[in-house]
Amino acid sequence: MKGVNVALGAAGLAAFLALGEAVPRLGLVKEAYFPPTSRIAGALADEVTDSAFWSALGDTLTGWALGLAIASCAGIVVGVVVSVVPYLREVTASTIEFLRPIPSVALIPLAVLLYGTELRSVLLLVVYASFWQVLIQVLYGVQDVDPVADETARSYGLGTWARVRHVLWPTALPYVMTGVRLAAAVALILAITAELIIGAPGLGKLIGVAQASQAVPEMYALIVVTGLLGLLINVGARTVERRALAWHQSVRGEVAV
Amino acid sequence: MTRVLLRLVFVCALPAVLVTVWWVASAGSTDVYWPPLRTILEAFPEVWTAQRLRADVLPSVLRLTGGYALAAVVGVALGTVIGSYRRVRAVCEPVLEFLRAVPPPVLVPVIMLFAGIGDTMKVTVIASGCVWPVLLNTVEGVRAVDPVLAETARSYGITGVARLRRVVLRSASPQIIAGLRQALSIGIILMVISEMFAASNGLGFTIVQFQRGFAIPDMWTGILVLGLLGFVLSVVFQLVERRVLGWYHGLRASARRSP
Repeated sequence: MKGVNVALGAAGLAAFLALGEAVPRLGLVKEAYFPPTSRIAGALADEVTDSAFWSALGDTLTGWALGLAIASCAGIVVGVVVSVVPYLREVTASTIEFLRPIPSVALIPLAVLLYGTELRSVLLLVVYASFWQVLIQVLYGVQDVDPVADETARSYGLGTWARVRHVLWPTALPYVMTGVRLAAAVALILAITAELIIGAPGLGKLIGVAQASQAVPEMYALIVVTGLLGLLINVGARTVERRALAWHQSVRGEVAV
Repeated sequence: MTRVLLRLVFVCALPAVLVTVWWVASAGSTDVYWPPLRTILEAFPEVWTAQRLRADVLPSVLRLTGGYALAAVVGVALGTVIGSYRRVRAVCEPVLEFLRAVPPPVLVPVIMLFAGIGDTMKVTVIASGCVWPVLLNTVEGVRAVDPVLAETARSYGITGVARLRRVVLRSASPQIIAGLRQALSIGIILMVISEMFAASNGLGFTIVQFQRGFAIPDMWTGILVLGLLGFVLSVVFQLVERRVLGWYHGLRASARRSP
């Protein structure tokens, strides 16, 4: 069954690539706008041999990883503190609900003024956007703690720290993982956006340069790279999630009784 | 009565504190980039006049609505088809996963090639970014229709449009709504970005103009307007969600009460 699915998927991918080759060749769209697959692949091969491409990839990944790490740590710490300290959740709810939907791209003009094209302006956008993803999930996760388990821990005399470590954290971890996975995708989007719009070094900037200089196949090649990067991040995040939650019911599956 | 008051205090206390801190901390600010909050608030009514709202905010919102609606229709329709047939799903899955993984903002330069820099470009950009979360969530939702429910519907002879509306889309709707929620924030991002790239009006365009002209308090008001817009849209979305998914939240709540 799995083999059939893989074969069908491969066929779909092949059909997609063939379509990309045929449509411009048949003149259905102008080749200048939409180059055939083979030319994009050629441009991609050229890019891979170019050291500028690799340093841009490195810049993008640095912005992504650093931003995601900061946002995750901050989200987890703030989330746990807010939900453990009495009343803090009620007090902060309205502020969180207000700040969360503010689109992080609104901060682009500010980032440009404050930091120019430095890494810090990328980080400002990435951290703002991904912080909420993690925070909200942590809050949901902590809410999910079984009151009986919590009461039991209390009556056994576990302190606050021990309860956070042994009761709250294992319950919240699946939610935290979901939050980090969502944040990883959002962080990539914002990192590339910041490079594209602000001109901070990275893949986004290369795409902008390729577009401005009418290098259409190169532009498509770079977009394919960003797609592959996104795919890799998704797959990676799912793998980490499965590893970290190997003990958890949702991954382990119910034990057959 | 006291409970209502207490709630009011909980809701308003922190925002009030934060705004006060901002006000006091920035009151004597001579930093060009961080003008006093008073200056920003004074600039607000001057900048966002009714005329500017009509000239800049309205086009932005219309583009967003158009692109978002298009993405919702296409996403749900395609998602239902792909989700209903196992083989179609197997063929499409890798391609869809790849297309979804492409960060939507990079579509702006591509679509500019095809559609120029007019409204068509912006609506297309918004739609092509928003469609993936809707599409993939619909596929998941349609796939996960309760088999017992599906069989029951079949044995009662519910087929065709009735089946699609009352069984398939109904039970997929929590997933579809989740996709639409993700799509909303992507849509706002794309609306702003497409206007920052090339436009002669719109929120994104105006804010960048302010920033380039070093009209810093005006730029700050623009950021506030974008924030308010995001907030209002998310509130509207929640209201609609509560109406549409009322049955589902009720079901979940009662399931939680009686385990």
